[in-house]
Amino acid sequence: MAATTETVEQVRAVTEQKYKYGFTTDIESDVAPKGLNEDTVRFISAKKEEPEWLLEWRLKAFRVWQEMEEPRHWAKLSYPPIDYQDAHYYAAPKMKDRPKSLDEVDPELLKTYEKLGIPLREQEILAGVEGAEGKSPAIAVDAVFDSVSVATTFKAKLEEMGIIFCSISEAVHKCPELVQKYLGSVVPYTDNFYATLNCAVFTDGSFVYIPKGVRCPMELSTYFRINQANTGQFERTLIIADEGSYVSYLEGCTAPKRDENQLHAAVVELVALDDAQIKYSTVQNWYPGNEDGVGGIYNFVTKRGACRGRNSKISWTQVETGSAITWKYPSCILQGDNSVGEFYSVAITNNFQQADTGTKMIHIGKNTRSTIVSKGISAGRAQQTYRGLVKILPKAEGARNHTQCDSLLIGDQCGAHTVPYIENRNRTARVEHEATTAKISEDQLFYCRQRGLSEEDAVSLIVNGFCKEVLKELPMEFAVEAQKLVGISLEGSVG
Amino acid sequence: MIEIKNLHATVDGKEILKGIDLTINPGEVHAIMGPNGSGKSTLSYVLAGRDGYEITEGSVSFFGKDLLEMEPEERAAAGLFLAFQYPVEIPGVANTTFLKSALNAIRKQRGEPELDAMQFLKLVREKTKALNMTDEMLKRAVNVGFSGGEKKRNETLQMAVLQPKFAILDETDSGLDIDALKIVAEGVNALRSPERSMLVITHYQRLLDYIVPDHVHVLAFGKIQRSGGKELALELEKNGYAEFGVNEAA
Repeated sequence: MAATTETVEQVRAVTEQKYKYGFTTDIESDVAPKGLNEDTVRFISAKKEEPEWLLEWRLKAFRVWQEMEEPRHWAKLSYPPIDYQDAHYYAAPKMKDRPKSLDEVDPELLKTYEKLGIPLREQEILAGVEGAEGKSPAIAVDAVFDSVSVATTFKAKLEEMGIIFCSISEAVHKCPELVQKYLGSVVPYTDNFYATLNCAVFTDGSFVYIPKGVRCPMELSTYFRINQANTGQFERTLIIADEGSYVSYLEGCTAPKRDENQLHAAVVELVALDDAQIKYSTVQNWYPGNEDGVGGIYNFVTKRGACRGRNSKISWTQVETGSAITWKYPSCILQGDNSVGEFYSVAITNNFQQADTGTKMIHIGKNTRSTIVSKGISAGRAQQTYRGLVKILPKAEGARNHTQCDSLLIGDQCGAHTVPYIENRNRTARVEHEATTAKISEDQLFYCRQRGLSEEDAVSLIVNGFCKEVLKELPMEFAVEAQKLVGISLEGSVG
Repeated sequence: MIEIKNLHATVDGKEILKGIDLTINPGEVHAIMGPNGSGKSTLSYVLAGRDGYEITEGSVSFFGKDLLEMEPEERAAAGLFLAFQYPVEIPGVANTTFLKSALNAIRKQRGEPELDAMQFLKLVREKTKALNMTDEMLKRAVNVGFSGGEKKRNETLQMAVLQPKFAILDETDSGLDIDALKIVAEGVNALRSPERSMLVITHYQRLLDYIVPDHVHVLAFGKIQRSGGKELALELEKNGYAEFGVNEAA
């Protein structure tokens, strides 16, 4: 029907035509030769002046990776073979030394971030101003450009509280004992094909340590940007929340429009000790490819959090709109008694985008609880799969899980699939799973339009309502961005 | 205000409206009565611009403009409102959000400034109170879990907020008990004014005891068979639609 075709047009407009981050930045880059072998690994490690243990760890991972097979069978994704030798594994904006302050950062680079709307400079200024914390909630930003972290704001202010927020390369030198203790402790170097590749060639990423009893006073944020052509981005993020601490961390991603596919294989590890809480939010808007499915990012990401301590809590909130291929299952290992894991997800796929995403909740400790809310929206010829595992181990007395999995279809050529896996090995545990699939109905569209809304606004409103439970979990600072991305006006300002 | 001339419409190739002529002047309330399947709802959908109806003949002029050329949202901005027989549920979208978006979308189309949150809240509270509705209903998702009466009251609230020039009430009495019917009718009557016209579509005369029309038309077999004053409704109540060749028992 005409209305539906138009709807699809509009959604296409939101996700493709308006991919306004599709610019490239003209910057001199320091690039490793194409290809992947032990020398590449050594090259990266040497570039970063890494200690011997880390190089050894990378090499171990690389050797394991060479024996591994790409997981191409179980996920509902189809894409041509990836030639891992035909990519650069290291690209960095050329700098003589690490910049000491933002003034030493290439102005071109700062311009890029300005275009992306990241107020690095403003925040740096703010950071120096007395009483700045009294104003609207500030965000400390770590910006990663291709492979290298270029600037971290608010560092000094955070350091006063004992919080460490810097690039992971810097952390390797600054607090090697923490990095060595926790790196690979949640996602081991043998974990899976992409994570293992990341262990071998990861270039940069963010590192956060929140000391005992400290509540981080601002949102910590990382912005990832792939600029260089033919570059894979392999960032590695490690967040440790010590006993009784709290941190909210935001991650945003963009990449220029390019016709070839670019590989992104990140690893994120979270560790929450006793009574600690980590809230991790992502707005992923990598280039999705054009309307014929040419180009776009291949996003193969391993994200996992360990609730090691009693009463600890880890929440993942994600809004996924970009990437040609998404392969991503942010998970929680609920080890500590009474620990809590949460996964809130909105995934929007359009045109030829494919997403196979979900979560894993592994209940180990007593009275562990998990909540999964997944909202998938599919339009065009996109295929989307929710794949989730809830596993209750024998000692998880009184464990509870609730899963809610809703799919919304726009048009009649897209697909939504739900693949829940439940393994319960404890009689006292309770696991609930609810799933729905719906279409935006002609009735709903007509009702909204009769009240004066354009069809585009009507779709936005309906989609917004569909995602509400998840969007409300995002920090305020991020909600605005998510709302723009979904092409909707976020409700809640009234009533 | 609205002038319907020789309107023919088909659905899936089947002719439902077979030449409707109707003129409604400002301030007038017209009732269209008719048996099931006579084309009552089709007429309301065609006027509101719903997809799926083909206009094969005739014209509709609305304030001198060609209504049939306009998109549904343009008709709304021009002042046309349809109170649905079956109001649609929109999960997750708060009633206030929906109303605010609708009102501002209409104001924007008319080149009027949009209302901010405070202005809107003041307006909607006022209207809610007049309709005996609670603030709680404003916070709930649009029509989700509403009783039949609540849904119809919600339609009336939307009408009160959007202040249309021409409102079509499609079977507003269906699914209402007598108390709910009275409340809704009071809300509608409060909106009667010399500038506002209404077209009340109903099967039964009952509603017209509360919303008293100026003119009554009988629609059967896709055509207006007879027109008269409010006494025509009473006559129909007594004799049924039999004189128009309709056997309702069948």
